Amino acid sequence: MRETPAQTVGPYLAVGLTWPAGFLVVPLGTPGAVRISGVLRDGAGEPVPDGMIETWQADADGRFDHPDDPRGPSGSGFAGFGRCPTDADGRYEIVTVKPGRIGDGQAPHLDVSVFARGLLDRVVTRLYFPDEGANAVDPLLSALPPDRAATLVAEPAGEGELRFDIRLQGAGETVFLRL
Amino acid sequence: MTIPAGAAGARPAGARPADATAARGYRRAPEGTHPPLRFAAYRATGLRAPSLAPVVLRQRLTEITGPLLTGDIGPSDHDLTTQHAGEAIGQRIVVFGRVLDSDGRPVPETLVEVWQANSAGRYAHVRDSWPAPLDPNFTGGGRVVTDPAGHYSFTTIKPGAYPWGNHHNAWRPAHIHFSLFGRSFTQRLVTQMYFPDDPLFSQDPIYNSVPDANARGRMVATFDLDATCPERALAFRFDIVLRGRERTPFEEPHA
Ligand SMILES: [Fe+3]
Repeated sequence: MRETPAQTVGPYLAVGLTWPAGFLVVPLGTPGAVRISGVLRDGAGEPVPDGMIETWQADADGRFDHPDDPRGPSGSGFAGFGRCPTDADGRYEIVTVKPGRIGDGQAPHLDVSVFARGLLDRVVTRLYFPDEGANAVDPLLSALPPDRAATLVAEPAGEGELRFDIRLQGAGETVFLRL
Repeated sequence: MTIPAGAAGARPAGARPADATAARGYRRAPEGTHPPLRFAAYRATGLRAPSLAPVVLRQRLTEITGPLLTGDIGPSDHDLTTQHAGEAIGQRIVVFGRVLDSDGRPVPETLVEVWQANSAGRYAHVRDSWPAPLDPNFTGGGRVVTDPAGHYSFTTIKPGAYPWGNHHNAWRPAHIHFSLFGRSFTQRLVTQMYFPDDPLFSQDPIYNSVPDANARGRMVATFDLDATCPERALAFRFDIVLRGRERTPFEEPHA
């Protein structure tokens, strides 16, 4: 069988894809929770007000509650999934915990999908954590030139806060990934 | 109509053994299946499509797993015509089909989300300013979860076509937006379902952004007389095919 093609979410994704608490991967007040926020920008540097960010990640122990994790599903019930539409200023936020190391040489990371009007398919990137020694040996980060790798590493923004801007095009363009 | 992300653990946790196919990635569709990100005829791609080539990421555990969202579907989430006090205006239709992967395997218990314009072609959205009437009895958002054989079905009204500013006299063919998760981050798909024989296809750059004509055809539902509800609703079948698995597992030790 052949795959169904992708199409843009269009400008009105909020009609079908808005979950009021979608940005909470963990409940507010969870010990160790980190609030990731940032702005989605286009090639002119303008905020994208009709986009959506989704995140997927392992739990704090580096496990997935998923049957295809060869170590077995964690059974923790950790959803691992966050979703936040961008607001009028292009801003999104996700509240989560830092994932543990999976144990395969990769540094802790979130997989990130970006959807928007004008994107005929989602674009995929990754978020890595600052001050993380394992970043130096991560297979993806270490294969990129430093200035490109830097687009994948969130910036500290105060206690329990990280900043992760996504630039779709142009100066400082985020590294996007082909799966 | 809410699914807190934390409600996703509604399935039995830890009950299943690790899948023997676990460490196999998902293969890519043939060239021409998916639209290019940069497509001049669709103007909004101009400032939004990345200008640099994507970096190939070898699929590892984060990519072959994904959110298994099944929680908290409301009683009217599958029937967009009954989400308000009165009935939605328009041609009532049933849209149904299966979610499969490209090996023909059904994708069970996966969340399918839809959104659409009303019968006049207007979205219940603050930024849709086209002066077609809003229907107080139609919001246009729905969600269902596939059954163990990958089947889904919902009831709605046929959306109208609507104009947009992409080019002179631009009209979107009638369509329903679909969002699918599959079983892995890699299988995630957002697409649009179109209706057969729409005269607006030829001038629509979004539909035509898909290079391969057969692939474009896979976004078009088929009318199914046998599935119609007599004296109630017409029926359209729309099967959705997600990425299938690679043939050989990748070799990587997992601590
Ligand atoms: Fe639309």
